[in-house]
Amino acid sequence: MLTKRIIPCLDIKDGRTVKGTNFVNLRDAGDPVELAGFYAEQGADELVFLDITATNEKRKTLASLVNRIAHAINIPFTVGGGVSSVEDVRVLLDAGADKISVNTAAFKRPDLINELAAAFGSQCIVLAIDAKKHEDGNWYVYLNGGTVSTAVKCTDWAIEGVKRGAGEILLTSMDHDGAKNGFALDITNSVSSLVSVPVIASGGGGTPAHFLEVLSQKADAALAASIFHFKEIAIPDLKAFLRNRQIPVR
Amino acid sequence: MKIAIIKYNAGNVKSVEIALERLGISSILTDDPAEILSADKIIFPGVGEASSAMRYLKERNLDQIIADAKQPFLGICLGMQLMCHYSEENNTACMGIFPEEVKKFNVDLIHLKIPQIGWNNIFDLKTPLFDGVSENSYCYFVHGYYASLGQHTIANAAYGLQYSAALNQDNFYGVQFHPEKSAEVGGKILQNFLDI
Repeated sequence: MLTKRIIPCLDIKDGRTVKGTNFVNLRDAGDPVELAGFYAEQGADELVFLDITATNEKRKTLASLVNRIAHAINIPFTVGGGVSSVEDVRVLLDAGADKISVNTAAFKRPDLINELAAAFGSQCIVLAIDAKKHEDGNWYVYLNGGTVSTAVKCTDWAIEGVKRGAGEILLTSMDHDGAKNGFALDITNSVSSLVSVPVIASGGGGTPAHFLEVLSQKADAALAASIFHFKEIAIPDLKAFLRNRQIPVR
Repeated sequence: MKIAIIKYNAGNVKSVEIALERLGISSILTDDPAEILSADKIIFPGVGEASSAMRYLKERNLDQIIADAKQPFLGICLGMQLMCHYSEENNTACMGIFPEEVKKFNVDLIHLKIPQIGWNNIFDLKTPLFDGVSENSYCYFVHGYYASLGQHTIANAAYGLQYSAALNQDNFYGVQFHPEKSAEVGGKILQNFLDI
């Protein structure tokens, strides 16, 4: 039976792993290659690396970091952050990434998704969406690491992204990011019901019960950062907890 | 031992090379027929779309080179599907090494997410490719099309229905999952292939 995936996420800034709360107040969380190897050994099902390095100059070193990570782990990994062209993706795949996540650049020029899906296949393209709930009760798309709001509803963008060729949706609730008060169940369930592709829930995972909650509903995978980096929950313990509660895990 | 990984325009083939490096084996990534034919083992990876991959192979006569290979040969994911005789993906005639057909997962029948992405178990394991691999081991799959069960099936998987997780005919092996990304189990399967 296909299992639900547990995915540690590593935000990378200038070659180090960092983690914040609600997308700000970054703390250092260690060497990404070491962490990656550790998580793979611990039974993580996949890893996600998001490069939040500010400048393009510094970003050029990302490919060599990706290559070191690829040598350190034997599970799939996704790389994202600032990806805006077929060439960007080719460089990262040649360095050893398995999937690429796109976010702001795809929103600004949606044809990017079509181009990437045509060049590399949909299975390679993860559409990352950062979303925030507004007072009208709807979730809206945010760009540039959550700093720029848009008037586009999260569900509309997810549907369009999948139509254009995204093979998976990585849905982060900015409201829940780093807050450890549970995943955003409402928007995760809505998006997952509206698209045919898998949805990874992100933001808010603080206890095993939060993972149980979101994975027993419509999420296909759950992603978290702080609780793994700061060793609040060990992956084998989390999986045992879920397995004992009839969630299929590896 | 010389391992050739066939290079063609089907997504990411780099991760196979890196997986072999982790096993301490160097390989060459090539589309040169002479290099491929002189290898001890051939790996044919690939993710992507069937018809454009087949067209690319035919333009370079690589489909014939593959069909004539006598050394142990391993197709992975799309590689395995292209070794079947036909794929529903854009109605593509494939290489026909395995008579099995490749079909699209029908969402109306299986009511599951498509593509299947993630870890699923493999069972009814046959042939030395799976020596030392436990029944129901988890492997990593990413696919929207599947090869039906047939006489060449050497491992099953289930996603709404049962299908071929692996196929074998003489020196030709194909796996739907990604051994290069399937943790220790995948490493064992790759090592078994290298030991054939």
